[in-house]
Amino acid sequence: MTPLSSGDDLLHRGSDAPFALRATGLVKRFGPSTVVDQVNLNAVQGELVALLGPSGCGKTTTLRLIAGFEELDAGQIEISGRIVAAPGKSEPPERRQVGMVFQDGALFPHLSVAKNVGFGLPRGSDRRELVANALRMVGLSGFEDRMPHELSGGQQQRVALARAMAPNPAVILLDEPFSNLDAELRTTVRTEVREILKRAKATAILVTHDQEEALSLADRVAVMWDGRIVQDASPEELYHRPVSKKVGIFVGDAQFIPGTGIGRRVTCEMGELPSHTAVEGAVDIMIRPESLRLTLATDSVQPNATVLTRLFFGHDQLMKIELESGSTLNARMGTYGGIRPGDRVHVSVRGAVLAFPREQTA
Amino acid sequence: MSTLRSQAGGPKPGFSPASGPVSGSRRLNVRGRPPLIVILPSLLVSLILLAPLVYLVIRASDAGVDAFDMLTRARTLHIFKNTVLLAAAVVATSIIIAVPLAWLTSRTDLPGRTFWASAAVLPLVVPSYVGAMTIVAAIGPRGLLQEILSGPFGVERLPSIYGFFGAWLALSLFSYPYVFLNVKSALSGLDPAYEEAARCLGHGPWRTFFLTTLPQLRPAILAGSLLTALYTISDFGVVTLLRYDAFTRAIYMQYRSSFDRTMAAVLSLVLVAFAMGLVLTEAKIRGRGAYHRLGAGSARKMRPLPLGNWRWPSLIYCGFVLALSIGLPMSVLIYWLIRGLSRGDRVEGLGSAAWNSISVGAITALVATVAAFPIAILVVRYRGRLARTIEQICYLGYGLPGIVIALSFVFIGARYLTPLYQTLPLMVIAYTVRFLPQALGAEKTSMLQVSPRLEEAARTLGRTSFGAIRAVTAPLTRPGIAAGATLVYLTVMKELPITLLLSPTGYKTLATVIWTSTGSGNFGEAALPALILIGLSSLPAMWMALRDRTHVARQDEH
Repeated sequence: MTPLSSGDDLLHRGSDAPFALRATGLVKRFGPSTVVDQVNLNAVQGELVALLGPSGCGKTTTLRLIAGFEELDAGQIEISGRIVAAPGKSEPPERRQVGMVFQDGALFPHLSVAKNVGFGLPRGSDRRELVANALRMVGLSGFEDRMPHELSGGQQQRVALARAMAPNPAVILLDEPFSNLDAELRTTVRTEVREILKRAKATAILVTHDQEEALSLADRVAVMWDGRIVQDASPEELYHRPVSKKVGIFVGDAQFIPGTGIGRRVTCEMGELPSHTAVEGAVDIMIRPESLRLTLATDSVQPNATVLTRLFFGHDQLMKIELESGSTLNARMGTYGGIRPGDRVHVSVRGAVLAFPREQTA
Repeated sequence: MSTLRSQAGGPKPGFSPASGPVSGSRRLNVRGRPPLIVILPSLLVSLILLAPLVYLVIRASDAGVDAFDMLTRARTLHIFKNTVLLAAAVVATSIIIAVPLAWLTSRTDLPGRTFWASAAVLPLVVPSYVGAMTIVAAIGPRGLLQEILSGPFGVERLPSIYGFFGAWLALSLFSYPYVFLNVKSALSGLDPAYEEAARCLGHGPWRTFFLTTLPQLRPAILAGSLLTALYTISDFGVVTLLRYDAFTRAIYMQYRSSFDRTMAAVLSLVLVAFAMGLVLTEAKIRGRGAYHRLGAGSARKMRPLPLGNWRWPSLIYCGFVLALSIGLPMSVLIYWLIRGLSRGDRVEGLGSAAWNSISVGAITALVATVAAFPIAILVVRYRGRLARTIEQICYLGYGLPGIVIALSFVFIGARYLTPLYQTLPLMVIAYTVRFLPQALGAEKTSMLQVSPRLEEAARTLGRTSFGAIRAVTAPLTRPGIAAGATLVYLTVMKELPITLLLSPTGYKTLATVIWTSTGSGNFGEAALPALILIGLSSLPAMWMALRDRTHVARQDEH
C-alpha cells in the first residue's frame, strides 16, 4: 500500500491554538467489516477541516462517532480537552457540545425558523436575542416566523447552520451539507458558509465527497479511503503533492507518463524535469493538465507534439495532444492562444513534477 | 434522477468505494439500544397481546389426547368444510363483482366514474351483521318480500335464506370492497406502456386486458382475496344471524350451550391457525408482489377506453351491484324506521347506547394509539431481533378473530382477573388486542416519513432521546396517530362478539341493541340504531378519505 500520513503530523506543525477536537485511533466495525480503521482526526480552535472521500469510505460514520450517534470499538475522542468517548464510555450526543448540520438540513418541519434556531437554547430571557443574533449571522434576519418549507434550499441550510451554531458548540459537524443543492447554488452557499464559520471563529469538520468543495472550503483536508485516512494536508499540498497516484487522481485531473528518476530529476519524453522528491529508477510522472504549456512551432521552436482535439469551455479550454511516441495528454489553458487542432506545438511542463515509483504489479 | 446526481458529483472512476454498510439501511434506523422508556411499555403491551393465544393453548393442551379426538370428530370436520366452502364462495364472488367494477371505474369512459368508485367502497361502513339483518328483514321468513307476496299471491313460504345462501350473499355483498380497493390501486399504478404495446402489437382491447392487464393484477387480486377470506372466516355476526355452521358460530354455540370450554378452545385454535395462515400468506404476497407500484410517482395517465355500445350494460352492472350492496340495506333500514316510528315503537335507552358506543370507541382509540406508539418507535427506529419479534406479536391480532379474543378474555377474566371480569377496562383491553395492529400500522407509516436525522438534530441540540421523541417525533407523527385512532374508533363501534361477551351486565351499545332486536325479529327496533351506527362510522371514514385524497394530491404536485 501507499505510505500513510496521519493526523499526528499536525502535532509537529507548531500551532499554538488548543485542540477543539482530538480523535485518536478511532475504530468502528459493523459486523465483520471495519468501516473506520485507526482514524486520527484533529482540529484546532477556529480551524475548518474537510474529511474527503468517496461514498462508503467511512467518513460519515467517523462524523457520527464524533457526534455520538455510533459507539466506537477502539480509540478516543476528546472535545475541548474532555474525553467524551472511549471504548465502554460514551457520552450521549446531547452532552457532547457538538453542533451538526445534516445533508438535507433536517429542519424541524413543524417549527418556525425562530423555534428551530432556538431549539437548542435554554429557556430564558435572552433566548430571543440569541436567535436574532444567530439569524443575523447567517443573513436571515426577518425570517423568524417563516416555516421551513417556505425557504429555498440555500436558506434552509443557512438556518440549519444558525441552529447548530446558536448554542455555541465546541465543534460544528457538517455532513455533506451542500450535496442537495443544485450546482449554481452550491457555490454561493459554500462561500457564505465559509465566511460565516470564519467570522464566528468556529471549529468545523466538513464531510464531503466533492474534492473541489474540500479544497476551496477547508484549511486542511483529510482524505479518507477504505476506512483509513490516507493523507491529511493543506489543500495546496494535497493537490500538488498527493501521497499516491490514487489520491492524485481523486483530488483532481491527473495523468501519468512513464519516466526514469535520478535524484531530484526525472527524464521522460518531454526531456528532463525537476522533481519534488528524490526518486530512483522507473517512475510514473504525474502531470496536471494546467501545468502543461503549449507553444506554436516556429523556426526557433522545435515541435514535439500535435494538437488532436480541442474542448472549448469559454473560461478555458482543454487540448488533447499527441506526443511523438503516440501517447496523449490533456492540456488546460486560456482561450486566447490561437492554437487549433492539427497544429504542431512544443509542449513543456511548468515547475517541478511529482513522480511515483512504478508499481511492480499491474 | 438520483443516479444522475450521484454520477455527476460522485467519486472519480478508479476509486472504488469501500465495502461498508449501505447507507440505505442507515436512513431510518438508529443504532444502539433503545431507551427503557420505549422497551418496557412495548414488552408489557406485547405480553398482553399474547395472553389470549397463550391461554387458548394451555386450555386446549389440558385436554391432552382428548383434544386430538375433538379435532377429528365428524362435527369439527363438518365445521371446517363449511368454513372453507363459505370463504371460497365469498372470495370468488367478490372477485367477479370487484374486478370489472375496478376496471370500469379506472380505465374506461364510464359516465360518473368517480361517483361509482366512491360508492363502491361504501359497503365497508355497513357492519356485516347490519347487512345480514337487512337481508333477513327483506327476504327472510317475516320479511318484506314475504309480506308483499303473501297478500295478493298467497305465497306462504319463501325458500329459506338461512344457511349457506344467506351467509354467502351477505358476506359477498359487504366484503367485495377489499378486492375492489386492492385492484383499483393496482390498476392506477400500472404502467400504461404495457397496454399500449399490446395494442400496437395488434391485440384488441379485450385480448389486451386478458393478456397484459389481468396478469399484472394477479398479486392485487390475490391480496384482496386473502383479506376477504380472512374477513369471512373471522366474521361472527353474519354466520350467527343466518345460522350457518362456520367456526365462529360453532365456538359461540359451544360457549353458550355447554360448560365444555375445552372444545371451544380447541375450535378457536383451529380457527386461529387458519386465520394466521391467511395473514402470513397475505404479508408474503404484499412483500413480493408490489411491483405494480414500483415506478416512482404516478404513472402517466392512460386515455380512457371508449365503451361504445357497452356503455349501458356497464352502467346497469354498476347500478345493480350498488343497489344490492348499499341501496338494499339502506332502503330496508329506512323502511323499517318509518314503519317503526309510525307504529310508535320506541327503543328504550337508545341515547345511552349511542353514547356508550361513542365513548368506548374513543377510549379504545386512545388506549390503542398510546399503546402502539412505543412499539412503532421500536419497530421503525431500532430494527433488530427484539423489534421484529414484538412487531410479529402485534400482527398476531390480525389473525385473531373477535370471537376468539372475546372467549379467551371471558375465561381469563372469570378465572384470574375476577375483579375485572365484566368491567369496562377488560373490554377495552380485549378491543385493544384486536385493533392495536391498525393503530400500529398507521403510526408506523407516518413515522417512516420522519427522518431520524431530525431526532439526531434534536440530540445534538441538547435533548435526551426521550426529549427528542417528545419534541420532534411525536408532533410529526400526529397525522398517523390521528388516522390510527380514527380507524380503531370506527372498528370498535362496529365490533360485535367482544362487546356481546365482555360488556358489563346491562351495558348496551348500538351493536348490542341491533343484535338483540334482530335476534327477536324486531326489525323496527333495530333500524334506528343501525342507521345511527352507519352514520357515526361513515363520518370519520369520509374525513379520512378526504384527507387521503388531499394528501395524494399534494404528493402529486412534487
